[in-house]
Amino acid sequence: MEIPRHWRIKKQRYALVGEVCPHCDAKIFPPRDVCPECGGEAKTPFAFTGRGEIYSYTVMNDAPAGYQESTPYTVALVKLQEGPMVTAQLTDLGSQPVEIGMPVEMVTRRIRSDGDERGMLVYGYKFRPVMQA
Amino acid sequence: MSETQPQKDLLLKTNRSVGIVGYGAYVPQYRLPAAEVARVWAGGEEGLPIKEKAVPGMDEDVITMSIEASRNALKRAGISPEELRAVWIGSESHPYAVKPSGTVVAEAIGASPSIQSGDWEFACKAGTEAMVAAMGLVGSGMARYALAVGMDTAQGRPGDALEYTAGAGGAAYILGPGEESLAVIEASYSFVSDTPDFWRRAEAKYPEHGQRFTGEPAYFHHISSAGKALMQMMGTSAGDYQYAVFHQPNTKFPQRVAGMLGFSAEQIKPGLLVPVIGNTYAGAAMIGLTATLDVAQPGDRILMVSFGSGAGSDAFSILVTDALLERREKALRTADYIARRTEIDYATYVRLRGKLAMK
Ligand SMILES: [Zn+2]
Repeated sequence: MEIPRHWRIKKQRYALVGEVCPHCDAKIFPPRDVCPECGGEAKTPFAFTGRGEIYSYTVMNDAPAGYQESTPYTVALVKLQEGPMVTAQLTDLGSQPVEIGMPVEMVTRRIRSDGDERGMLVYGYKFRPVMQA
Repeated sequence: MSETQPQKDLLLKTNRSVGIVGYGAYVPQYRLPAAEVARVWAGGEEGLPIKEKAVPGMDEDVITMSIEASRNALKRAGISPEELRAVWIGSESHPYAVKPSGTVVAEAIGASPSIQSGDWEFACKAGTEAMVAAMGLVGSGMARYALAVGMDTAQGRPGDALEYTAGAGGAAYILGPGEESLAVIEASYSFVSDTPDFWRRAEAKYPEHGQRFTGEPAYFHHISSAGKALMQMMGTSAGDYQYAVFHQPNTKFPQRVAGMLGFSAEQIKPGLLVPVIGNTYAGAAMIGLTATLDVAQPGDRILMVSFGSGAGSDAFSILVTDALLERREKALRTADYIARRTEIDYATYVRLRGKLAMK
């Protein structure tokens, strides 16, 4: 059971809310209250657009506890438009091959169930290929 | 039918003008052809009720799908999520039995904490019931904006007639002041009776239905009564509407009820999505309306009538304004989601829908 932790980080996990540094305008994710660029205090919330591109990726065939039912799945390092790099699952790939540099967008999805089928559902960001209008 | 004719004062009209300021659709990408269900269970392809249905991915449910549809609605409305005063989700497949879907959706779109939030249940009309409530909240001046969502990931018992059609998808509507609306809701009217056509007991995984009882006394009676009464009280007729959208559990029912109310095949065409996404339950009429708004022109009038088993219908008369043309470009259209299509076979479907016992 990790309910307090899930609850504490829900904003960043549901909606990719990080921080922006008031001193140098660096965008920060995950939020850490200190700017990694200039070292100044940075507590202003900032909602990322969710747009980015794949920096690298790997296919998980052997998943950790709680994720086995969805194997195989792809985990990627996504470079966000605003700068930071995040690690996240890719989703909605269909038959599309994953490529470095592929444009992706954030969606909020069910990540796993905390414990068995009686446990709370954990939601959070994943990335999918950008949908064309 | 025996019910008394509605009187003039039964229209639901708001004190101040209310309309749709933003709307958004969502359909998951997987498609299960009805022929594939027939291959496994019936061995024939004659008389299939639809072409194919939309199936959610393993990481999708009513909460995640409502989040995406609501984000689309916010993009079109162009308002800040904190301006919403209600986040209401209508569904019969809420992920939790106890714990609201609305709070997760509200948190994800940035609407909480100063909101009303609750989940609505009335089979397939849970979402339109939330829309009527949102009309009241905005129309009374208690709130400037309210969000109402109809979304489902319905399941049929394997091999049951419902398995061909039980699809996934839905839509979100932000209601607000009429003068800011892309479509004004002129009036609504609801028609409800205790009719046991379809149900699911609290501990049951799959629903039961009253077989042939689902048609005449349930679907057709409630939709035609609600639609007829609304138009009669407003002094309109089918000819005053460019389009009409009805609840769509299969392809034939909405076509037939349209005819009963005087509407042509042309008028229901843009909103008739069941052949390609299946029956999206609480989402069905509401996503038919998003597809219709995607093609409507200023000045067009649209009739929408939902149907929920148990049973009841909500009818709405909607008048499109000039604001629609510019605002509908601000988010993905319903057709964009329908075009995103990955076909699956029955085995993949069984895995995606959790019909495999892993322990
Ligand atoms: Zn800084």
